[in-house]
Amino acid sequence: MTVLLSIRDLSVRYQRDGVAALKGVSLDVLAGERLAIIGESGSGKSTLALAVAGLLARGVEIGGRMDWFLPASAGAKAPLSVLPDISPSRGEIGSSVAGPLLAASKIGEGGDHSVISPLEGEMSGRTERGAKDRQPSALATSHPLLGRDIGFVFQDPSSSLDPVMPIGKQIAEVAHTHLHLTWREAIAKAKTLLERVRLPNLDATLHAYPHQLSGGQKQRVAIAAAIAAAPKLLIADEATSALDTIVQAEIVSLIRRLVAEDGMTLIFISHDIALAASLADRIAVLRHGELVELGETDQILNAPRHAYTRALLDAHLGLDAEPLFDRQGSPA
Amino acid sequence: MSVLTVSSLAKRYRRGGKPFAAVDDVSFEINPAETLAVAGPSGSGKSTIAKLVLRLIEPDAGRIDFEGQDLLALSGATLRAKRAKVQMVFQDPLAAFNPRATVARVLDDPLRTHNIASRADRPRRIAALLERVGLDAGLAARAIHEISGGQRQRVAIARAIATRPSLIVLDEAVSALDVSVRGQILELLLDLQRQERIAYLFISHDLGVIRAVAHRVVILDAGRIAESGDARDVIAKPQSAIGKALVAATPRLIRNRP
Amino acid sequence: MNWLRHFFRTPEAVAGALILALLAAMALAAPLLFPGDPQAIAGPALLPPFQDWSLPLGTDRLGRDVLAELFHGARTSLAVGLAAAAAALLIGAVVGTLAGFAGGLIDEALMRITDAFQTVPSFLLALAFVSIVGPSLGVVVAAITLGAWTGPARVARAEVLSIRERDYVAGARVIGMHPLEIAFREVLPNALPPVLALSSVIVAAAILTEAALSFLGLGDPNRVTWGGMISEGRTVLRTAPFLSIVPGVALVLTVLGVYLAGEGVVESTAVRRSLS
Repeated sequence: MTVLLSIRDLSVRYQRDGVAALKGVSLDVLAGERLAIIGESGSGKSTLALAVAGLLARGVEIGGRMDWFLPASAGAKAPLSVLPDISPSRGEIGSSVAGPLLAASKIGEGGDHSVISPLEGEMSGRTERGAKDRQPSALATSHPLLGRDIGFVFQDPSSSLDPVMPIGKQIAEVAHTHLHLTWREAIAKAKTLLERVRLPNLDATLHAYPHQLSGGQKQRVAIAAAIAAAPKLLIADEATSALDTIVQAEIVSLIRRLVAEDGMTLIFISHDIALAASLADRIAVLRHGELVELGETDQILNAPRHAYTRALLDAHLGLDAEPLFDRQGSPA
Repeated sequence: MSVLTVSSLAKRYRRGGKPFAAVDDVSFEINPAETLAVAGPSGSGKSTIAKLVLRLIEPDAGRIDFEGQDLLALSGATLRAKRAKVQMVFQDPLAAFNPRATVARVLDDPLRTHNIASRADRPRRIAALLERVGLDAGLAARAIHEISGGQRQRVAIARAIATRPSLIVLDEAVSALDVSVRGQILELLLDLQRQERIAYLFISHDLGVIRAVAHRVVILDAGRIAESGDARDVIAKPQSAIGKALVAATPRLIRNRP
Repeated sequence: MNWLRHFFRTPEAVAGALILALLAAMALAAPLLFPGDPQAIAGPALLPPFQDWSLPLGTDRLGRDVLAELFHGARTSLAVGLAAAAAALLIGAVVGTLAGFAGGLIDEALMRITDAFQTVPSFLLALAFVSIVGPSLGVVVAAITLGAWTGPARVARAEVLSIRERDYVAGARVIGMHPLEIAFREVLPNALPPVLALSSVIVAAAILTEAALSFLGLGDPNRVTWGGMISEGRTVLRTAPFLSIVPGVALVLTVLGVYLAGEGVVESTAVRRSLS
């Protein structure tokens, strides 16, 4: 597998409280994989998701580097929705430059800083050290565009959707902005997307407002908006935590299907190791801002190397766990 | 004799002008030192049942008998006095306390309200309560927002046991906690149950947790009881459609353990 | 005291605080600098300002020291403004909390009473009240309070309506706390910040209303007031305009100072809240 994103020594410190949310995290995200990032509160898993999406607010110190290897959009795997008439923006140039260099990244795989040696001349100074280098101008060439190249699904769909804009328009807006569709085409696209996320009564839903939908339906809409521009990478940050078990299972299987159909890479952030294991190819375990363990799902579950991973597995209360109470002591 | 007997309880709300039954003909009972879990998807009426049992809202029909006494017949001062015996722990321990409160004040409230201890004696009682839930007595002076989520939930439990209740309603009380903290809180709850013979009405959407701590379970669907029975039996072999769906939807950790 | 730092970061707030500090100093120093009756005759009538340095701001129609009157007037203005605002906030907060927390019939009754008070212009209300009961400092304060408590009541009620649905209020009920204790111990303190944000507007309005009442001759006749001074000066406005201008400027500065300082407090606490 090829590397989509290489994160090296990523550190994030919130200036407000001086707390280091991430401390020297290094990992590769492989193109087309489903990577789960798990951890408890304060582990930095959401910070990592935000950093990857370029969503960290100002007033945050960022150290380390993130190098992207977006495949050229002309590839056979490119989804149909990537239209040929996209005007070549700077971001596009950047990604097509990265295309031929994918081979180079393979050479360096495993080695730490040699990964992008051919790119060094191109990219150094843009991604190295500090948030300052990641301001929009540099971003356009070094960092993929949120919405077009990265889809992001938040935990709470009611706060990520605009309460006074019809559902259809919110989804169409993404297609209109990033795919340069006309509004008519964008609305039609929104309708197909609503169908893809299995929402009923397409025409009614297109004109509905978020408050008219249930929590699970809202999350489906948020997912539709996230994949509207056919991103290469989908990030789901605790996207099912606010939902009940049944709806959670539905959303997880929806995400699994969409990711498979579009050949997207998935980063799935969760506190629930069982949920993460049901979806992911690989699992990264974070604790107090450090990457504790990263491995294939099978290895993490059956042969965890780190004591913390083992503790997380043991703390899981599944349907096969022994009851905590002494059943002999239970009342008659 | 049961601690709590609920018979034919019903509560209707209006949603979008149309009446809908949040709780419909629900009956169950809980014995001393027993944990009855209430499970179900969101909107199935779990939290409404909690509020009805605590008389935070009034039912449209049905009966609630608590230790042989008709709870719905009580009002005013007699109801407030009875509240000492039925306590609650909320899901979000931060929202459950006055944002201005200190740990000491949170624990002082029930002691003062029910005249459990004299003013001079209360600091000692508060320290004892904190120690009972595994916290340092020195925590009393801290503000609620300064302590960790797990500590807060321990304080919430200390507050609930301050009046020596015979029933505690736990409304998703461990759902917001990290798994490592969750185990400790569940152990604490079970320990208290063994020592003080407290019954729990354990409201949760998580069948794994329910299986670990509950003796019996009631599964709700759209305000009605879909099935009930021994927690392990129901989860192993659910009979109702909603029970099967809940079990099927619960994520499984498949490990090839020897 | 973090908010104090934010408070002194805005120049408007600093200006407001300076004006208020000056005013408070004037009010406190009045009996020390100008002992005796400020309404006693101190020199020749209608002496213009800056002529005689023992009477720096000159004298009025009856030969009273304008500077002494100004200082003693500051006492009245501040006392009436603060007392009326305090009373209005107290009554408003209590009424609003009771209405919002109790709901139902009590809420309906209290809010209809509030409506009734709010539909009558507050100045007319004060005017009518003073002319019936008779002018004295206490009556003037009561008269101004009568028209000023409705705003705080509405704000408090709105805040209480949202707070009473919170878990910790349910928690207090589960504990068995008395409803009145819940209302005033758990709910009211958390509903206060937006109510207190009204205080600067209320103090400023109360000072103006007091001045207007005095101007119409309905102030406490035994006390010097700025409104009364303006009214006195009105008869000789063409020949001795300073008699109206001096207390008029004092009034404008006071209201401005109260308003700026109030805004500063609101903004600095808002900054603090957004930070936490």
